[in-house]
Amino acid sequence: MDISPDLLDVEHLTQTYGNGAGDKTVLHNVTFSLSRHTSLALVGPSGCGKSTLLLIVSGLLQPSGGTVTLDNVIRTGPGRDVGVVFQQYGLFPWKTTRDNILLGARMQNIRVSEDTLTELVQELGIQGLGHLYPNQISGGQRQRVALARALLLDPKLLMLDEPFAALDAITREHLQNHLLSVFQRRRFSFILVTHNIEEAVFLGRRIAVMNSEQCGIQTIIDNPGMGRPEFREHPDFFRQVGIVRALLKDQ
Amino acid sequence: METIPGMKYISALAVVLVMWGIVSWMVGSMLIPGPIDTFLRLGQEVRDPAFWKHVFTSFYRVIGGVACGFVTAVPLGLLLGANEKMDRWCSPLIYLSYPIPKIVFLPVFLLLFGLGDISKILLIALIIFFQLLLTTRDSARQIETEMIYSFNSLGGSRLHYFRHVVWPVSLPGIFTSLRVGTGIAVAVLFFVESIGTRRGLGFYIIDAWGVADYTGMFVGIIALSAIGVILYEIFDLLEKKVCQWKQI
Repeated sequence: MDISPDLLDVEHLTQTYGNGAGDKTVLHNVTFSLSRHTSLALVGPSGCGKSTLLLIVSGLLQPSGGTVTLDNVIRTGPGRDVGVVFQQYGLFPWKTTRDNILLGARMQNIRVSEDTLTELVQELGIQGLGHLYPNQISGGQRQRVALARALLLDPKLLMLDEPFAALDAITREHLQNHLLSVFQRRRFSFILVTHNIEEAVFLGRRIAVMNSEQCGIQTIIDNPGMGRPEFREHPDFFRQVGIVRALLKDQ
Repeated sequence: METIPGMKYISALAVVLVMWGIVSWMVGSMLIPGPIDTFLRLGQEVRDPAFWKHVFTSFYRVIGGVACGFVTAVPLGLLLGANEKMDRWCSPLIYLSYPIPKIVFLPVFLLLFGLGDISKILLIALIIFFQLLLTTRDSARQIETEMIYSFNSLGGSRLHYFRHVVWPVSLPGIFTSLRVGTGIAVAVLFFVESIGTRRGLGFYIIDAWGVADYTGMFVGIIALSAIGVILYEIFDLLEKKVCQWKQI
């Protein structure tokens, strides 16, 4: 096998549900790659297979066909190399936020020093909440806890499934900025699934537009302006949003 | 409004006592002795070690029954709730046997396990078993897909899944079932102790009834009720301690 310089190689990914005549294809022959320390935003209409693609790349769903290779190793299931953040936070309400963050490390018998935890918690602005349960903190704080949990084991790739969709506009913008600064400080790559075009343009170094008829990625566009909080106000930002919107409208 | 802890309990108890007094006065204290007579008699009985022997016997029988039901039904319920395939296989069997009134098996249990404690404990366990099994299974079924994905993304094993997800998700349902089961267990206890035994509060009540000692009968009823209340409160306290996250 050729050694790929990319962090992630997704090749000929296909996902079909059911068997026989009533088959439903959700993904068909999806191929893309992702280099190190970069980001990809997946946008598309509901039901275009965005979340399915995210689950497969995360190792949480076995594809009907094709391969996902991370750092030249074919993935067969979830692992500490990939952290996942879900729309509804995916936190366990019966565990304190501290126990939620530490659960993955504990189950995998990985020792995490108190300093590492404190640093991460401070970086995400959730210090002092460790003893509280998820339903005692706000939606924005819950998503920060979920981010901390996903980042604790220093994953190479972070997968985010509509992470800010359940939050109000101001909190969402705040968290988008926060994700950007964490991303710039740490050395991971991330894939963001979103139906929000502005979010995709703000956070995706590349933007993959998905199409439900083709059951896959219609096109991937470059988004070199991404990376600064001020980008949101820049004319290039609005131009990119226009381009993505036009691509989605054409479908 | 802030209330003194236990105030609700005391006022409810007062209402029950007053109503009891009224009924006793209306029907006549020969048939239904009033609360004062009964508690005076209870005061005498608690000084008699023979009475405590009955109380203790009933207590360990009911605890034994609930414990046996718990250790068999809960693990099986968790397993069925978390394993759809297994549940599909077992469901018809459960649905078929659930509506059977298990209490009618008392004679069979007496034949198989004798007149001692084992037959009584096992019958209580059998009745508690089905109820606990169904509630545990249904509670364990509530786990949302995103929760499962979230757990899997953290790299836990199947055993971890039971410990960190299935068990805590099911606990509130298990406690509700245990509390409801307490009433049933005490009722079954009374029934099993009214036949073929000379120990336990069930025997104590039936024996007093047989010799027309109605005050004694009510003392037995109060003692049996106290066992039910104590068990209920224990489960309630345990739930508050173990399921803290539910109280918020």
